[in-house]
Amino acid sequence: MIKLLNVRKGFNLGRPNEFVAVDGVTLSMEANRVTVLKGPSGSGKTTLLSLIGCMARPTSGRIILQRGLPREYLFPNGGDTTEVEVTSLPERFLTEIRRRTFGFIFQQFNLLKGITVLENVMLPAFPLGEKHGVVKKRALALLEMFGLSGRALAKVEWLSGGEAQRVAIARALMNNPPVIIADEPTAHLDSKLSSAFMEIIARLKDQGKTAIIASHDPLVFEAKMVDRVISVRDGMLEGDTA
Amino acid sequence: MARWIEKYRSILDFTLSSLVRRKGKNLSLLVVYVLVVFMLGSAMFLTEAMKREASLVLKGAPEMVIQRLLQGRYDPIPMSYLEKIRGIRGVISAEPRLWGYIYDSAIGANYTLMVPRNVALPSGEIMIGNGISRRRMIYSKDMMSFNLSNGSSRVFTVRDVISPESELVSADLVLLSEGDFREIFELPSTHATDLVVKIRNPKELVTVAKKVMELLPDTRPIIRDEMVRTYDSVFDWRGGIVTVLLMMALLAFVILAWEKASGLSADEKREIGILKAIGWETSDVIAVKAYEGLLISFFSFTVGILLAYGHVFFFSAALFAPAMKGWSVLYPDFRITPFVDPYQVAVLFFLTVVPYTVATIVPSWRAAIVDPDSVMRS
Amino acid sequence: MNRQIPPKKNGGSRFPARKSRPCLFLLGAGVLLLGLIFTHAHVRRHSDISSIHRLATVVEKLELTDLALFTEARYTRHPSQADLYSAFQDHPTSLEHFPMGSIAAPSAALRRLHGKVD
Ligand SMILES: Nc1ncnc2c1ncn2[C@@H]1O[C@H](COP(=O)(O)OP(=O)(O)OP(=O)(O)O)[C@@H](O)[C@H]1O
Ligand SMILES: [Mg+2]
Repeated sequence: MIKLLNVRKGFNLGRPNEFVAVDGVTLSMEANRVTVLKGPSGSGKTTLLSLIGCMARPTSGRIILQRGLPREYLFPNGGDTTEVEVTSLPERFLTEIRRRTFGFIFQQFNLLKGITVLENVMLPAFPLGEKHGVVKKRALALLEMFGLSGRALAKVEWLSGGEAQRVAIARALMNNPPVIIADEPTAHLDSKLSSAFMEIIARLKDQGKTAIIASHDPLVFEAKMVDRVISVRDGMLEGDTA
Repeated sequence: MARWIEKYRSILDFTLSSLVRRKGKNLSLLVVYVLVVFMLGSAMFLTEAMKREASLVLKGAPEMVIQRLLQGRYDPIPMSYLEKIRGIRGVISAEPRLWGYIYDSAIGANYTLMVPRNVALPSGEIMIGNGISRRRMIYSKDMMSFNLSNGSSRVFTVRDVISPESELVSADLVLLSEGDFREIFELPSTHATDLVVKIRNPKELVTVAKKVMELLPDTRPIIRDEMVRTYDSVFDWRGGIVTVLLMMALLAFVILAWEKASGLSADEKREIGILKAIGWETSDVIAVKAYEGLLISFFSFTVGILLAYGHVFFFSAALFAPAMKGWSVLYPDFRITPFVDPYQVAVLFFLTVVPYTVATIVPSWRAAIVDPDSVMRS
Repeated sequence: MNRQIPPKKNGGSRFPARKSRPCLFLLGAGVLLLGLIFTHAHVRRHSDISSIHRLATVVEKLELTDLALFTEARYTRHPSQADLYSAFQDHPTSLEHFPMGSIAAPSAALRRLHGKVD
């Protein structure tokens, strides 16, 4: 459902500090699977995730979102192809696709400080113009699901690491995206919390979601709900369990 | 449509949360801003109202006053000029005016002594303005003395205090009879202070003034329009203290704007990145900043202008009184009538709201067009 | 998690109402008050106009040419009657309406002299 064709991503091209972070990756990922990208630091995992998640455009190559994603996610305003090449879309559509298709969980959690947990979770829904009451109810349901109901009105800086991560997951799920993208989700967690995170991923998979995780934590890529582990080195694919 | 409203209202919700976060900074910004608008607004309301009031009040002023200039200053005018002026075509009447200043060392004030041609006052009796009455605590039937030019002094009985309602034009007036006036100043009956001229057709004013200057080259005619215009320039929006205020306000503005322009902190940039990463468009992020600028500047404007209005029209511009009074000992107690020029208010509105909002938006623009993937590494 | 937040008035929800509500209310109030300024000004102008006319009558009767606002010096008391170059001549330390007056102070000797006379 997500296809990468000979994707390359270079930084500072044409300058002395030119660097190619992703170098000719061809890859295809199925829906409703948990895929882990592993590799040493600097191997290009984060870069690859941001390309898949439509956060950045590749220097060359094509990225295609395919059938298998519910159509309304791909074409919220209607459309007649079953395939969309995101690399050629204008910025506005890219944003639209990003917020409907992908939920991001960042390494640093990236919650907004100074505002409440509830507001943080609701944020991704704001640009969609849904009814405030509906959005709030959905956000509260998500918090409930992660056992955070009591913390809804807390400021995010008061949260513990585990709580913050669960808030970040709730936020990623806010627009009910079919694909969850997580970058080093367990980097700031102890092993107990890391397993708890993987349990959540398993639950999401049961709900039919797709997960793409970048990690070099064995707790992640050795977990039983992981369907596929892809090794990356120097921007190139090195191994694949699929 | 409803979706669109809901979207921007949600963004407004977020903007407010975000403003509340930096309560201290935003409140101090608001206070400074309110002060600037308050000062400018007060000056604007005051000058405009005084200008308009002066022009209405001075509608009653003489159509033309003729002074005599001697050694570059004005000097008593010979009564013999009257006949020559009455002979000019279009002149209905020409009459002498007698008035002058006297310094009262008791309170250090200057009074204006004046002989009213339409009120007959017996010798030895005077009428005083309410300002004098208040300052000297002299009332009807009391005695008041003045030093004469020859060094002796004379005592007068106060016949009446001029109605306080007319204080704006009469606070420092002392009305007295012609004989007493001439005695105080030792002014011979061959001379008057100046002359007032009535003219048949207002259109001929300038022509008559020109003829007077031809006929009597040592005179200076002042027509009513010039008197009104004097007050236009005294209460000019660009004049005097207002210029100083304007400069200060502009300076404050530049500082604020500069602070804004350079003040997009790393934290704020990161936040913009996060918003973009979770699916906000560049325009949504800019909407937040636009709201921020608009809210702060709109509320500052509103509060500032309301305070200014109250200050000028309910408290008679009490804060400006020291500047208005200057060295004056006598100052009229009067209520300022609210002549408000909507155009000026609109100009002030745009001057306060637009530059600030732009200064808020522009720096965030650059941050808002960054690739959202920048937040994935930080 | 066991912290109990007392119910708020809005619909029994324990969450505060959205912040935009009071803000929009304040915005409306602001616009209304701005409008009120003009209404108030209009009304008071209406009630003051007769007294302004009475002032004009006094001015006409006494043949006045100026407002008694600034009584400090003769060219400020009667600015419309002042000759065109009366800088410093009425009181050596009085504030000037000519711009140069705020730059150049009168000489100290002049000030001392006048201090004795006053
Ligand atoms: N904007 C950029 N400009 C220049 N170089 C970049 C940029 N972004 C990433 N890189 C480089 O690309 C390479 C891959 O980075 P990336 O973050 O994808 O690695 P990673 O596999 O996620 O590493 P880690 O495990 O440490 O997070 C790194 O060497 C990095 O320095
Ligand atoms: Mg990384």
